[in-house]
Amino acid sequence: MVTGAFAERGADLELVGIQKRFPGFTAIEHLDLKIPAGSFFALLGPSGCGKTTTLRLVAGLEEPTSGRILIGGQDVTNQKPFQRPVNTVFQSYALFPHMTVLENVAFGLRRRKIGDPVEKAHEALRLVELDHLAARKPQQLSGGQQQRVALARALVNRPALLLLDEPLGALDLKLRRQMQLELKTIQEEVGLTFLHVTHDQEEAMTMADTIAVMNKGRIEQMGAPEQLYELPKTAFVANFLGQSNLFTGTVVGATSEAIAVDVAGQKVVVPKSRSHRQSGDVTIGVRPEKLSLHREAPADDPRRNKMGPARVIDVSFSGVSTQYLVAHPVVGTLVVFAQNMAFGPVAHVGEEVWVSWDIEHGFGLEDDPADAPKFEADTSTRTLAAQKHAALLTELEEA
Amino acid sequence: MAFAAFSTTAGAPEDIQRRRSPVALLLLLPGILYLVLFFLTPLVSLVLTSLQTPAEFGDIGQFNYAFKWENYVQVVSDYWPHILRSFGFALAATVLALVFSYPLAYFIGVKARRWPLMQSLMLVLVIAPFFISFLLRTLAWKQIFSDESFIVTSLKAISLLAPDAHLTGTPGAVIFGLTYNFIPFMTLPLYTTLERLDVRYLEAGSDLYANPFQVFRKVTIPLSMPGIVAGTLLTFIPAAGDYVNASRDFLGGADSQMIGNVIEANFLVLLNYPAAAALSIILMSVILVIVTIYIKRAGTEELL
Repeated sequence: MVTGAFAERGADLELVGIQKRFPGFTAIEHLDLKIPAGSFFALLGPSGCGKTTTLRLVAGLEEPTSGRILIGGQDVTNQKPFQRPVNTVFQSYALFPHMTVLENVAFGLRRRKIGDPVEKAHEALRLVELDHLAARKPQQLSGGQQQRVALARALVNRPALLLLDEPLGALDLKLRRQMQLELKTIQEEVGLTFLHVTHDQEEAMTMADTIAVMNKGRIEQMGAPEQLYELPKTAFVANFLGQSNLFTGTVVGATSEAIAVDVAGQKVVVPKSRSHRQSGDVTIGVRPEKLSLHREAPADDPRRNKMGPARVIDVSFSGVSTQYLVAHPVVGTLVVFAQNMAFGPVAHVGEEVWVSWDIEHGFGLEDDPADAPKFEADTSTRTLAAQKHAALLTELEEA
Repeated sequence: MAFAAFSTTAGAPEDIQRRRSPVALLLLLPGILYLVLFFLTPLVSLVLTSLQTPAEFGDIGQFNYAFKWENYVQVVSDYWPHILRSFGFALAATVLALVFSYPLAYFIGVKARRWPLMQSLMLVLVIAPFFISFLLRTLAWKQIFSDESFIVTSLKAISLLAPDAHLTGTPGAVIFGLTYNFIPFMTLPLYTTLERLDVRYLEAGSDLYANPFQVFRKVTIPLSMPGIVAGTLLTFIPAAGDYVNASRDFLGGADSQMIGNVIEANFLVLLNYPAAAALSIILMSVILVIVTIYIKRAGTEELL
């Protein structure tokens, strides 16, 4: 079925109860995943989370310890890689060094005995704007060009499912942006299903329709990029996908719409619809760009949460915005992103400030706060030294 | 004045050359000397010997310098079956050694990567035969293949071998001996190439619809070409000139003599030095031509 003809369109991919153990460790704990046909799906996670293993399982380069893999409704678990209607753009590109660029691209077509492989390979190279280099050897190309050849070599086969293993990792920022857009355009044009593995959260968010965030061999949360960003379910997602300010506290009151959480003596309100847990100890959070910085204590406002006073400990200016690190005596360090509406930073290191945010912007996590320390135990040498210094000072004053 | 004279001589061209690379020249000197002494001199002497003519009224083995190119015509017409046989045997032994060594080298270099200790152990086993002189090992094979040996009697018992047949002294035994003796020279270069083979290329091949056989033919073989070329040259060149395996004292017989044996006989027994020298030069030139064509072909195949 693989020989002779192209896939009509993208196929859906279904992973059922996949588990993968290697001698000594488990790469994938338990994975159920369904990717609809024609979508651009991103698997996002830190290195070692099992995302590349997942990709290799789908390509057939690894065998699952248990579970089934279905492509377009057909069980391919026992099929060899060359029998699967799947192509991969490898992280290392893996372009054959003994063949020209053109022969690399035509390789898959020739194996499947598809008519006119040379013309089709030229066509694919034109798509990635490299047809003029068709006679070169891969090692004569730059990293970005090799990446595009790898993409053409996979795309030319019109696989039902295209797997991308961090293919943009080696490119510089500008070329990466350009390739992201090109990939997205190609995916929409040809209507194939793309499964993209990456550790770059920005790349995943700009390109994918759906993102699954993986951690320690499990999927933590899956959904549209905006949904994942605005309403993260776990502390891992909240911190891996962008940055978050997280607080732990006990629910002290509830109305029909919102819950009130006692965070270090301060009442913080979170809408019920945006909180996964409604009672007991909870972890709540807010994104740094949702915070406003005040140089004087803001007036009480029932629609805004506030926290302070705190002290600015670091200001870093990055053009569009400024990032402030604000140390709060009880809840620890908060991150604030402020758009640069005025020239330069509005607060300076050492200044006393307050922060506030719209209660609609808060979110409550599903994690049980008892599982995680209330605040990250800060064991950096700098903190330890600061503590020692403070202890010495009090000792001196007492003497 | 003396200073001016000195400086003009210092500016002479030969001095400039010496100043350009005195150290490099000095370092090259031992190598050049070595080549002149041990390669160029014998070669010139060999060419001169090959053109000698028998001394008039002289003893056997007495020759005078001449330009008797007819020597070459004479040896080719006398010994062309031996020349052909030599290259045939060498080719057969090279192909057999490649067929045996490739899977072995692939296993050690690719499959055994996960167990470095086993990898080293297997490499030692490949080299182990070198610890015993190859003359002794070839003699041992002569024993194993002798008419009274277990192998020959068993083969005769099951009628795979005719009752009056022998194993020693046959072309098969000579080819076997050549193959056996040169397998390490084939395995080691193959191993060094295959050990560096990036299995990600193989994965990419199978991802691009190539079945295991196609991956082997289209990816593994071309990528291991350097090892194949090195191994076949290291086997073919010495095998073509070998005179031990085909010798009557070892595995050879009357109808399995190679050019090496003929050269040996002409030099040491018949004392016909010009014939031996002419044969040596023919052997050398033919090998040179074959090797040049082979390397050219292998190089272009790699480009395809």
